[in-house]
Amino acid sequence: MSAQIHFRYRHRRGEFELLVDSQVPGKGVTALFGRSGSGKTSLLRCLAGLERPDEAYLAIGDEVLHDSRSGHFVPPEERGFGYVFQEGALFPHLSVAANLAYGLKRTPAAQQRQALAPVVELLGLGPLMQQYPAQLSGGEKQRVAIGRALLSSPRTLLMDEPLAALDRQHKNEILPYLERLHREVALPVLYITHDPQEMTRIADHLLLLDSGRVIAQGPLDEVLARPELPLSRTEDAAVAVTATVIAQETEFDLTRLAFSGGELLVGRIDAPVTSQVRVQIHARDVSLALTPPAQSSILNILPARVVALESHDRGRMVVRLDLEGTAILARITRKSAAQLAVREGSQLFAQIKGVSLLA
Amino acid sequence: MLDASDLSALLITLKLAAVTTLILLLLGMPLAWWLARTRAAFKPVVETLVALPLVLPPTVLGFYLLIALGPHGPIGQLMAWLGGPQLAFSFAGLVVGSVIYSLPFVVQPLQNAFAAIDPRLLEAAATLRARPLDRFFSLVLPMARAGIITAITLGFAHTLGEFGVVLMIGGNIPGETQVLSIAIYDHVESLAYDRAHWLSGGLLLFSFTVLLLVYRVNRRGAGGLGT
Repeated sequence: MSAQIHFRYRHRRGEFELLVDSQVPGKGVTALFGRSGSGKTSLLRCLAGLERPDEAYLAIGDEVLHDSRSGHFVPPEERGFGYVFQEGALFPHLSVAANLAYGLKRTPAAQQRQALAPVVELLGLGPLMQQYPAQLSGGEKQRVAIGRALLSSPRTLLMDEPLAALDRQHKNEILPYLERLHREVALPVLYITHDPQEMTRIADHLLLLDSGRVIAQGPLDEVLARPELPLSRTEDAAVAVTATVIAQETEFDLTRLAFSGGELLVGRIDAPVTSQVRVQIHARDVSLALTPPAQSSILNILPARVVALESHDRGRMVVRLDLEGTAILARITRKSAAQLAVREGSQLFAQIKGVSLLA
Repeated sequence: MLDASDLSALLITLKLAAVTTLILLLLGMPLAWWLARTRAAFKPVVETLVALPLVLPPTVLGFYLLIALGPHGPIGQLMAWLGGPQLAFSFAGLVVGSVIYSLPFVVQPLQNAFAAIDPRLLEAAATLRARPLDRFFSLVLPMARAGIITAITLGFAHTLGEFGVVLMIGGNIPGETQVLSIAIYDHVESLAYDRAHWLSGGLLLFSFTVLLLVYRVNRRGAGGLGT
């Protein structure tokens, strides 16, 4: 189950060329992130066997699924990869129940790892079973499409921006299902998105694509905290931190969290003490000070060491800080950096103004 | 009323239309599928060849077929070499002519129906472990249902009404190659208007009923999908 997925593709289509050689873990959720036209969908289609690139190699562990040099090609129907398209691609002439059954009844009994009832329950499909795709909302269609793919018991699930066609409200309707899926079904997922918030909520591992090339990859928390990558230039640049709930301060409606860099006081989180939570810290919410300010409205002030700096446009910089093993980003102006003499190795204090809960 | 020769003309006509439609479906499905999906440079050439019987006078088609199927023609000689039956002035020859003559009426509705199927649905089916033939029967056929019914009807009805090609290659042998349209022509020529009325009126009523049924079935089919 957890064998690495190793792929190497060269796929030319007009002006565009996908040129990748990478490995992703065979467990958890790997997000493929990049601008539109960066090759995310091409890569996913190559993995599914829906494209025949000029040069190709794909293996899961020791099992080779595609090798263009020897002419070995396992067709999509024999790969055991589930695929969820952007807009569902439900079969219009079949009811929801028959759509769900389509892959299930074509899966040999010995390979069936998913049963109908739990998947219907997980995705809340019960009331939809007798309806036809044309009667469903966008969010309902995507839930059926995800269920249909799951029920073919894939060994890997490929999802091409399953939420892209949905508005924020419908996204928020589906995200909890995806998170449950992630927790309850041990299934490696490759997930395309260009929404940083969605990516931070769902992914464990990140593969960044740009112009058909892989420009970075690694565990999510690590890649998000790399100031040289284009992600850190966006307004929403943020890192994700795993922390433990250590106390509830009911008087002020706050929750106290602990992580490697110390403690964080955040708006009340409804989780029992000792449970693990994931929080997000935006670069724009972190400022720097040479000495701990004696009086400040900011509750979270932690000692930090500067690891790297990167200049951005409009006189801004992104600073990567190390908080005893946890990396976070701070966005400051170049002028502040000069006044505080911030350089690699500087010891200073990070003032964290906002922390938000992820999932 | 109908006499024995009219009855045999009717039976031959129905048999010809049925056999022709069946062969056209078997040939037309793969051809239409290829035309709907291919990006080959010579696709327009094939499309033109398929459409030719729409514009050619049936006598032109019949003339060339007569030459090709005749004992000295390429197809006639091939059949003789294979030990097959004589094609010109035979029922088998009529079938060959009808297949070519009605080809566009079957291929074009099929091609349109196949082209309207979103290729992503077939890709989705592949990732759900369906093999190519399975995808054809479980998705393509049901989704192209209206087009297939139209193709069958048009192919059948168009063969019923064929005249020029039959006359050229089939001759007018009662009990063997004499079809309804030619029997009607004979009756009119010999001023037997009452018998021509029976046959013509019957053909008119039959064609109307079949088309009406098809349009009704296709309409209900579309409604049943909840579209």
